[in-house]
Amino acid sequence: MSKELIRLSDLKMVFDDEVVLNSINLYINDREFLTLLGPSGCGKTTTLRIIGGFQKPTSGDVFFDGVRINDVPPHKRKVNTVFQKYALFTHMNIFENVAFGLRIAKVPEKEIQRRVEEALELVNLPGYGKRSVDSLSGGQQQRIAIARAIVNRPQVLLLDEPLGALDLKLRKDMQIELKKIQQQVGITFIYVTHDQEEALTMSDTIVVMDKGNIQQIGSPTDIYNEPKNAFVADFIGESNIIDGIMHADGVVGMYGKKFPCLDKGFAKDEPVDVVIRPEDIDIVPVEQGQLTGTVTEVTFKGVHYDTIVDFRGFKWLIQTTDYSPVGTKIGVKIDPDGFHVMKKSAYSGTFGDYSSYSDEYDELNEEAEDGDEE
Amino acid sequence: MKKNGVFSRLFIFLMFLFLYAPIFVLIVFSFNDSKSNAVWGGFTLDWYIQLFQDRTVLEAFQTTITVSVLATAVATVAGTAAAIGFYNMKHRARSVCMTVNNIPLTNPDIITGVSMMLLFVFVGQVLSDVGIDFGLGFPTLLIAHITFNIPYVILSVMPKLRQLDPNIAEAAQDLGATSFYAFRKVVLPELMPGIINGMLIAFTMSIDDFVISYFTAGSRVSTLSMVVYSMVRRRVSPEINALSTLMFLAVLVLLIVINLRQNAQGRSRRSPRGPEGSPLPANGAGGPLLSLEDEELGPQAQDR
Repeated sequence: MSKELIRLSDLKMVFDDEVVLNSINLYINDREFLTLLGPSGCGKTTTLRIIGGFQKPTSGDVFFDGVRINDVPPHKRKVNTVFQKYALFTHMNIFENVAFGLRIAKVPEKEIQRRVEEALELVNLPGYGKRSVDSLSGGQQQRIAIARAIVNRPQVLLLDEPLGALDLKLRKDMQIELKKIQQQVGITFIYVTHDQEEALTMSDTIVVMDKGNIQQIGSPTDIYNEPKNAFVADFIGESNIIDGIMHADGVVGMYGKKFPCLDKGFAKDEPVDVVIRPEDIDIVPVEQGQLTGTVTEVTFKGVHYDTIVDFRGFKWLIQTTDYSPVGTKIGVKIDPDGFHVMKKSAYSGTFGDYSSYSDEYDELNEEAEDGDEE
Repeated sequence: MKKNGVFSRLFIFLMFLFLYAPIFVLIVFSFNDSKSNAVWGGFTLDWYIQLFQDRTVLEAFQTTITVSVLATAVATVAGTAAAIGFYNMKHRARSVCMTVNNIPLTNPDIITGVSMMLLFVFVGQVLSDVGIDFGLGFPTLLIAHITFNIPYVILSVMPKLRQLDPNIAEAAQDLGATSFYAFRKVVLPELMPGIINGMLIAFTMSIDDFVISYFTAGSRVSTLSMVVYSMVRRRVSPEINALSTLMFLAVLVLLIVINLRQNAQGRSRRSPRGPEGSPLPANGAGGPLLSLEDEELGPQAQDR
């Protein structure tokens, strides 16, 4: 992580009275793998398109290497883009697709030959030059789109949900491959996705966005372990989010009881949101538990059981390898480092209850199916 | 199913008999060495020879070809531009434009023809008041042909636009192309199959149009189909058979070319893909639309 390459300064974007971006401030370092993560409509693609030059911000500035580039058209920017649906040129063969940018740059024919072949090797499709676009599978087309972009040796590669149309297995392979390519060519990748797992796997830095605002910027571990608000906690992984009171440094209260924790720096008796990750909760016999509740639902997930436990009307998700049948009373124990305390925010109370747990899963599945159709 | 098989085959046979028997008779009698259209007098090519010595026919042939080529060229450019314009509109405006575009296709030729004639006469009247001579003739014929050709071009370019990856022009610009270069080198070639189809359909329409030409050409110029019509009114000569045969063959060849092209495109869309599945989304969504609109277009193409 060396010098700063791109800076977005107070970026605002308004379409027909709808605020898409609301004051985005962000800097991106050279050779960084940065992911813009958020639900659809959060403004992440718009941010990417502004960096690519396809859209002009309503107000605010984009700096590239210290120079303001708001008015530089896309074909003069040192960035290349991999589009969501690849946007390959179907009337050209693979070689001509990859060579397109080099031909415009008037690179000598011999060098074009060499660089295209190099790029095809980089994406693991050597010798595919003579094939037609239609003869390739979705995954292969995706790699060609990447080769077509990096053959121009851009300083920054923009990727707009490039794996969205691939199936799960292929997506996971491509995640690792993308990270490898980024390290090999040593350039900045700005990656847009709504898939939190993808973001955690590949990124150096994750920018979590919602409703046109940046919610949190940090490394994958920071974002997961120290979410700033209920939105981030819920969007990245599973979270139980409970209303609590910070009695003193290292003491958090919920359900009228006091628990030891590691967080400090809050006002005395400040109302807070308490995040407890489902895997940080141990199920113990009732008499040893810090809290007691009733199991209402158990789902076998392979590695663990998803156990839903009712604690006085608020349902928690616990992920554990111990099986507890529905209806049993159990106790739970949480280590001090299992608590994460957040200040109250506009998102408080909207996430983190698993009362409608199964519905939520159905929604996720529907989303996945929609993704396949695209 | 088997039982039905016999009847359905018989039905198809009768259908084709009714459709093509007249044309078959026409072709046979164009080689008949007799003035009669009922008695076979032996084989001859005289009628074809006579046809090619007939000045009226040759002039009409020249008019037909000139008007068709010019009208097709203008309509192809205008129609393609219009289709791209429609496509870039907001959804509602686009569907309104497409509906307006489709009305002339279903409108009876005679209404199109008469209304255009009235318009041209009216404009001629107004212009003659300011001293400009504008009557029915080749220019009005050409304008009429351009007008009825444009919707066909739009209709065949539109599905190709829908198939287009929405980011394709941006992708080219991203790789260093100016927006004009991106249009010329990427967007236009991707649309080309649709444009050529539209061009062929427009040319076919122009070649065999009679009704609209009849009302808009005036008395000084005439197209081939108008010549046929006037010949029939004077006397029924086997020369007409020869001329009609040639026109039928010309249109037939064009239609076969169009159909072969469309089939070839259909095949390339259904090309096999790798085990990873996930077809190129733009193609997947655009495919059925194209075939649907082609079918819509097919019967009308033969209608005229």
